[in-house]
Amino acid sequence: MIRVEKRLTPSRWMTLAAPAISLTMALAVIALVFLGYGVNPLSAYKRIFKGAFGSLYGLSETTVKAIPLMICGVGLSIAFKALIWNIGAEGQLLMGAIAATWVALYAIPDAPKFVLLPCMFAAGFIGGAIWGLIPGILKAKLKANEVITSLMMVYIASELVNYLVYGPWKGAEEWGFPYSSKFPPSARLPRLFTTRIHYPTLLIALALAFLIYILVMKTKLGYEIRVTGGNPEAARYAGMSYFKTVVVVMLISGGIAGLAGVGEVAGIHHRLRYPHGISPGYGFTAIIVAWLGRLNPLAIVLTSMLFGGLLVGGDAIQVALGLPVATINIFNGVILFFILGGELLTRYKIILGREGRWV
Amino acid sequence: MGLKFLIDALKAAIPAGTPLLFGTLGEIYAERSGVLNLGIEGMMIMGAVTGFGVTLTTGNVWLGIAAAAMVGGVLSLIHAFLSITLRANQVVSGLALTMFGLGMSGLVGKMYIGKPLPFQLRSVPIPLLSELPFLGPILFQHDPLVYLSFFLAPFFWFFLFKTRVGISIRSVGESPATADALGVNVFLVRYLCVILGGILAGMGGAYLSVVYAPAWIEGMTAGAGWIVIALTIFSMWSPLRALLGAYLFGGVKVLQYRLQKYGISPNLLAMLPFIFTIIVLLAGTGEVIRKRIGAPSALGIPYAREEK
Repeated sequence: MIRVEKRLTPSRWMTLAAPAISLTMALAVIALVFLGYGVNPLSAYKRIFKGAFGSLYGLSETTVKAIPLMICGVGLSIAFKALIWNIGAEGQLLMGAIAATWVALYAIPDAPKFVLLPCMFAAGFIGGAIWGLIPGILKAKLKANEVITSLMMVYIASELVNYLVYGPWKGAEEWGFPYSSKFPPSARLPRLFTTRIHYPTLLIALALAFLIYILVMKTKLGYEIRVTGGNPEAARYAGMSYFKTVVVVMLISGGIAGLAGVGEVAGIHHRLRYPHGISPGYGFTAIIVAWLGRLNPLAIVLTSMLFGGLLVGGDAIQVALGLPVATINIFNGVILFFILGGELLTRYKIILGREGRWV
Repeated sequence: MGLKFLIDALKAAIPAGTPLLFGTLGEIYAERSGVLNLGIEGMMIMGAVTGFGVTLTTGNVWLGIAAAAMVGGVLSLIHAFLSITLRANQVVSGLALTMFGLGMSGLVGKMYIGKPLPFQLRSVPIPLLSELPFLGPILFQHDPLVYLSFFLAPFFWFFLFKTRVGISIRSVGESPATADALGVNVFLVRYLCVILGGILAGMGGAYLSVVYAPAWIEGMTAGAGWIVIALTIFSMWSPLRALLGAYLFGGVKVLQYRLQKYGISPNLLAMLPFIFTIIVLLAGTGEVIRKRIGAPSALGIPYAREEK
């Protein structure tokens, strides 16, 4: 018989050690999966690490993948802090990509770079924010479960992208591929040297991490978000508007995810593509990134590099060991399981047996 | 578009909706007991790869389906342990299960890619009934698993609403503390419902890879698990309405391909299930309506027994 009891105060030692322990245990379990598949786990891990961090090229690709994870993760952290379960970052990212494409190809394609790019980011923010606001308003006004609505909105956005790239926005010179036309050069973000690092987006990501940290920790709004997340009833008694908090949080969270979509189309693809081509699930992986970073935007900068590295390392073992790309999802899943379990070690003590033995 | 088009589309809607129906019946039980399991997609795809692999190896479709059910059940145990025993966040745990399933199925299924499945479940027209005009071809010319689902839906409805155990399940999802006080074992009920959900999701996945489109393709569930989550709400947690909802959503899927030649975008049609679900969710938000349509009050909330 296993029971779980709440600790009176979170264990400080465990708060620090739990993520490390969780990660180690997850890697041990995944090693078993590799062993079962007949692949030496140590050599697989070595390849993942070398592929992701072992060369300048690997490191640059890791950064490229970390950018959308960082942006979405930071955006999600503010929603999760308020205990609003926005799991629709993937859809908000796609809406940002759609909005930016509209600006670049249809609204003001002839505008100079210094006008066009900021307008694309602004439109992307609005696109993502609308997609976040819908579940936010439905939650605040009608108590509709935001987990479900934000998730449904992901698939609506994804089909909308499909509709556009197979239909009205399909490029004339794209050989029948589900792509929009290429962006004009003035709608493309500059890159760092020969890498694919679209550094303006990276700078935005880092600035956002810092700004959201300040917003949550140092401002009145941040205080309200934290109180609402800690105890919604208390927030209400203190005269804080639940409606306002939810709407603001979803607006920011969705808008930020929209920026990640702008970065992908303006920095990497230079066109709108089918949904999986724009994002292989960055919005979902960002949930883990935010969670592992304990909703601290500054820690999220680090965890996004970790998961960016995992994506790049996944490509490396695909090539070297012939493992399918999807393998990397095993890492995501198992790590998340153990973080969840580990999280509880900090807040609860686990008691085995009837009378209880401390573990 | 005449009567033949209509009959053909309706007939095709049923097998297209059947994997959704299996998954939804299970998720209804899990959610009725108060546990939200977003891991359906992961369990379905693991069911799909297991069902295909075991059928291919043993030559027996039923063994394949049974193995898929077992794998679904075992995977759901992870979610049950995390969300019921450890009281972890159900949203995150379910998402983790989906990611794990997608990854694991890719790894396991690599050796099955491109292999044909020589053993298939044939359609068995039901004597007499299949001769009925209109209804005959639509309802009674399917494979045995479709017929099984015809029985399962009303059976699960009856069990949930008309038996003592069913009342216990619903009370656990409605007010676990009250149920506990009345002597219902909240943890046991939730565990069993989540496991049932996993078994049915596994079967739904196997239906896809063994019967509906006999092949293994990486990521072949393609979001069916999320449609199940939508369908559970769309059917307002009732197994009978799930029967209709599954065929409606199945029909939308069928029409995506059939209406394309008339210039209707398949992608816009594919949005419909998700839009319908949001609308149903909104219709059911008032407290009175909420009670009437049966949204479980304790859905997603872990239960902690007050310590004495």
